[in-house]
Amino acid sequence: MNDRRKRESLALVVTAAVLTIALAAVTRAPAATGTAAVGIKNFKFSPPALTVPVGATVTWTNQDEDPHTITSATGAFTSTGLSHDETFTQTFRARGTYQYFCALHPQMRATVLVK
Amino acid sequence: MDRIDRRGFLECMAWAGTGVLWTAAGGALSSRMIAPASAAENTAGSFAFVQISDTHVGFKGEANSDATATLQQVVDRINAMPSRPAFVLHTGDQTHGQKAGAFDTVAQVLKGVKTERIFYAPGEHDVFLDGGKEYLGRYGSGTVGGNGWQSFDYKGTHFVGLVNVLKYKGEGMGSLGEGQIEWLEKDVAGRSSSTPIVVFTHVPLWSVYPPWGWVTEDAERALGYLRRFGSVTVLNGHIHQVLKKVEGNITFHTAMSTAFPQPAPGSADSPGAMKIPEAQARRMLGTCDITYVPGKHPLALVDSPLA
Repeated sequence: MNDRRKRESLALVVTAAVLTIALAAVTRAPAATGTAAVGIKNFKFSPPALTVPVGATVTWTNQDEDPHTITSATGAFTSTGLSHDETFTQTFRARGTYQYFCALHPQMRATVLVK
Repeated sequence: MDRIDRRGFLECMAWAGTGVLWTAAGGALSSRMIAPASAAENTAGSFAFVQISDTHVGFKGEANSDATATLQQVVDRINAMPSRPAFVLHTGDQTHGQKAGAFDTVAQVLKGVKTERIFYAPGEHDVFLDGGKEYLGRYGSGTVGGNGWQSFDYKGTHFVGLVNVLKYKGEGMGSLGEGQIEWLEKDVAGRSSSTPIVVFTHVPLWSVYPPWGWVTEDAERALGYLRRFGSVTVLNGHIHQVLKKVEGNITFHTAMSTAFPQPAPGSADSPGAMKIPEAQARRMLGTCDITYVPGKHPLALVDSPLA
């Protein structure tokens, strides 16, 4: 194993350890095994591609004055129109790639990858 | 009669608040200093109607602290016109995000308009939550199959109201759909090519700026059935600014919003509401008065800002 590989492995171990601690901290709440946040600003979802573990709950917050929705491309989930500062949460219980968009501004697209 | 008169060219005038009068004729666009609109009331068979758009009742932000108040101002302006408009067209986005009670507020304010009738086309803000259930429950009656699209004749001009926001999902653009396009084909099939046609809808029927969804994906098919007509005017909203385009005998005209202006296509990071000083913003909000004078230029459009 070269040095670069070693560094990457170490980073992975550290990441895994941090994740384990994070998971341990929330395991008392049943079903919740992680949280993540997505911001909506300037007609963009940020991050546009989010990776979370199975069971994670994702919270979207609209920071624009225009209303936006979080609408699954397959109909798996959808929010109502979120006004400024309103949030929407969705828990992902199955692995997969979830594409979603804003029903009012369909050019706004993003994904949640559940691993 | 020369060729342009015989085909009935359009003269469109837009007062965009800067004191400049835009004239578009036969595809050429020119501008000169503002001049009063020609008095149409004395010409037999002439009529005037008003277009309002994107009232966005429920919007509250830096760009406009009270969209209901600006709508009320517009209604007052319409009622102060020297003669009553034959009717009013509302080209969509009555509400801002279909908030509970917003349709009621719009209906309450528009009840005060002194006109015979108001025709509506939906915007995506009016239908996205429930697929148009509430909108069509209120305005679907009398439209084709209750689907929201419609046509009517007024003093020789054929008006067509189209819906291009009900399939507004996933593809990033407006869409008319097969059923509506087939209906349009039949609706205009038997009409003489000299009949002036006015189409009103929400999303532009030409490709204004696809990255912001300012386009109707199947508009070209619909327009194909209209190209044989000597005078076609397409009125829409959605992009909150005056924009014109002339393509053969078809003139596209986008109206201002009564609520808040949006940036010019591609000129900002996003199409979000423009935050500008109120006094200046008022010049970017308003109505469109449209006058039809038979035997002259078919339609004159005057966009009037609030201030």
